[in-house]
Parts: sequence; C-alpha cells; structure tokens
Amino acid sequence: MIYFDNAATSYPKPKEVLEAIIDFTNNIGGSPGRSGHRLSIEAARILYQCRENLAELFNTSDPLRIIFTLNATESINLVLKGLLHAGNHVITSSMEHNAVMRPLRELEKCGVQVQIVPCSCDGYLDPLDIEKAIKKNTALIILNHASNVTGTLLPIRSVGAIARKRNILFLVDGAQTAGTYPIDIEKDNIDLLAFTGHKSLFGPTGTGGLVIGEKVDINKIAPLKTGGTGSRSESENHPDFLPDLYESGTSNIVGIAGLKAGIRYILKRGITEIRQQERALTDKLISGLKEIPEVILYGKEGTGNRVAVVSFNTRNQSPSDIGLKLDEEYDIMCRVGLHCSPASHRTIGTFPAGTVRFSLSVFNTEQEIEKAVMAVKNITKIL
Amino acid sequence: MIIIMNRKVDGMTEPLQKSVVIFYSTSAAIKAESLAKKQSLTVKLIPVPRHLSSDCGICLSFNSNDIQRMEGILNYNKIEYDSTYNL
Ligand SMILES: Cc1ncc(COP(=O)(O)O)c(C=O)c1O
Repeated sequence: MIYFDNAATSYPKPKEVLEAIIDFTNNIGGSPGRSGHRLSIEAARILYQCRENLAELFNTSDPLRIIFTLNATESINLVLKGLLHAGNHVITSSMEHNAVMRPLRELEKCGVQVQIVPCSCDGYLDPLDIEKAIKKNTALIILNHASNVTGTLLPIRSVGAIARKRNILFLVDGAQTAGTYPIDIEKDNIDLLAFTGHKSLFGPTGTGGLVIGEKVDINKIAPLKTGGTGSRSESENHPDFLPDLYESGTSNIVGIAGLKAGIRYILKRGITEIRQQERALTDKLISGLKEIPEVILYGKEGTGNRVAVVSFNTRNQSPSDIGLKLDEEYDIMCRVGLHCSPASHRTIGTFPAGTVRFSLSVFNTEQEIEKAVMAVKNITKIL
Repeated sequence: MIIIMNRKVDGMTEPLQKSVVIFYSTSAAIKAESLAKKQSLTVKLIPVPRHLSSDCGICLSFNSNDIQRMEGILNYNKIEYDSTYNL
C-alpha cells in the first residue's frame, strides 16, 4: 500500500507517537490541572512540555501563549469569531480552505466586510495586492501558509511585514506547513498561527492549537467556549489569562501526549532535513509526472515554493476515475476532487471537477514515487 | 500579599526551611517548575497545604534560602503568582 494522502492526515506516524499514547493511558492517566495528586501533575507536565516543544519549533518565547484546540479549524474559528465584529474589514486570499472561507462567509452575513484578494492561476499571491486592499477598518489579514491544493507557499513574511507596519493583526493558517516547513513567529511577522496536530506534526486527530504572539491583546478575542479550567474555581466568571481563557473543559491529554512525541520526533530529526527529504521526493514525483503527455500539473513550477503536495489532472480521465483506479488497482491512497477548497480550484481553473492530489510525507520512499508515476502512466495509456 | 509562617522542617543534617509559591493556575505552576529546574533550583510540585487557601490544587515548594532566585525567575518570566509562604 502506498499512502499519498498526508495533506489530509499523516500516516504512518512515528512509532514514538503510539508509544506515548500507550504510556500515558497505562501509566499516567490523570486529568491535567484539575487535582493535586502525582498523576494529575504529571499530566499537566506533559501538556506544558508539549507547549514548550511547540514554542521551540515555532520560535516563540512563552509556551503559555500556545493554546490547544481540536484542530486548525477550531483555532481559525476562535480568532475569526472572537475578534471580528460588524463593520470590521478582513482580507484573505482566493486560495483558502473552507476552514477559513466558511467562517468568513458566516461573519459576512453579520456585517463583517470580507475582501478576497485574487491569486494567480498557479496559486501565487502578490503581497502588494494585499497592501492595496487595506482599508481604515481592516482588523485582520488571514492567509494560508501553503495551499492544500497546489502546495504553493504564500509570501507570509512579506505580508506579515505589511500587516505589522499598518498595525493590523495577521493570522496564518499553518495547517499544511507546521512540522514540514520552517515557521518562525518572529521572523515571519506572525501574530496568530493556527496549526493542526494530525498532519505534519504527526499527532493523532483531535489535536491542534493556536500560537498567540506577544503583540496580540487577548482581551480583544472572545473565547468560543467558557467553562471549567481548574483555575480560579471560586469564581463563576471565566479566567482572563492564558492558556485558560481559551481552554475550557478537560483537554485531549491522551492526544496531546501523542502530539508531543510527534513534535519531539521532528525536533530531533530537524525540520531542515525533513524539508529537504520531502523536497527531493516531490521533485522526483513532479519530474516523473511531467514525462507523461496526458498529465497537466498545477501550482508553481518546481519545489522551491511548495510543500510536498502535487495536484494534477489528465487529459483523458476524470479525477474521480483516476482516484478509484489508483486505490483499487494500484493500492495507492490519494485524494481527488475539491479538497475542501472550492476557492482554490476556481483560482487554478479546476472547479468543479477538482484534481488528483498526491501529498507526501518524509516516510514515503523513492520506490513509491516510481510506482505511482508508473501507475498514472498506465492508467492514462489505457484509453 | 506575603504571609510568613514559621515552621522549620528538620533535614537529616541541618534544618532546611521550605517555602512555597502559590499560583492562580496549574499551567503557571508547571511553567515555574520547568524554569526553576533549568536554573538548578530544588523544587517540587505539591498539593497546596490545607491551611493556605487557594483555588489552584498545586503549589511549588523550594528551599527558603532560594527565595530571591525564585522571585527573580517568576518576575523575569512574568509568571503571575498569588504569594509565597514559608512553611
Ligand atoms: C490549508 C488548510 N487549512 C485548514 C485545514 C483544516 O485542518 P483541520 O481539518 O485539521 O482543522 C486544512 C486541512 O484539512 C488545510 O489543508
């Protein structure tokens, strides 16, 4: 079996991830931050250490300004719905996932002005177009770091610099880059970074979070939920400090134990090495697919500006037919269609049929790439 | 608010006075523990002694003669805490 659907969720995970989940379940098991006994304290330590590891990975100084959520979707919803009010203006790109587009469309109905800056047909965005879109009432710029459709990286550092200069908050959707491409909260001028745990950070599903930069005033972002936090229990009012402000209810500590092991794996192996290896595999995949006359590739040329995501179509078959054959005849798992991102497909001209998407991880091999290229060659030849 | 209570804890060789820091949240307590350990302070997370009221279940105990270093760590890292007590 060949797994090329890592942009949806990564598989396999490093063995340390499962070991950590088992170890937590067998030997720790306590509820973090709730009780004073050893096992509860140990659980709270795991939660904190995971924040520390994330802080190291994203180069941010205060681990308590990293909060855990279910996934990137929840983090994005938290910021958008907690921050934006009627009369605010928000800028985004035409390459966003529905995790961004749907909450924005919902807010639009409540009087938020949503401006979508078009990207080129290879998915690229000109930072100047963002700058031109800024208005007096612009409260937020939100961009994906890399597209889940084309893998194209957006120029977040330049846009972040513009946002900083104009004193506008900048939220980055790092769902496709966290763990696989360097992210530096400081250098990249990011105020808020939404990440998901189950993709390139190798955690289990149900883990994700939000990095809240030092410049963000948390009083301006209302929590999505309030409830028990284990802190200030004498009060019926919700705490106003981090991380408790945004972390009500018992956390997914089993999942976070696994996520922590995934991040440690990345830190040990080194993000540069992971990136290089994925890039080499992606290069090989792209050059293999390019040789096939029926194949049309999308996204920016080469791999300097993309993560390990490759979308393509063929001139003679629909994406869904190709996906079915890859699964049933060649044992290759990939995702076809619109990838929860109709805006991106409109931008690159593949709406409504979508594309075939191969998304790799550092656990894929050159042989797998060769087999997959051969499979696409055979499938397109048949007709 | 700092309340000082005198209760010496006798060690094997010499009496070792212990103090605790009380926080508003467990996350802050764990953060302080992590930072103090990095500075080689001897610290331990313990349930808040019953006679000290607090809403957070745990506090951080340390050797009383490290009080200045402990307060330095807390202040430098902007960790909000309720108070410190001598045990
Ligand atoms: C660019 C992008 N943003 C957001 C998400 C949402 O991630 P999650 O489903 O983990 O919330 C995804 C993946 O599904 C994505 O690819």
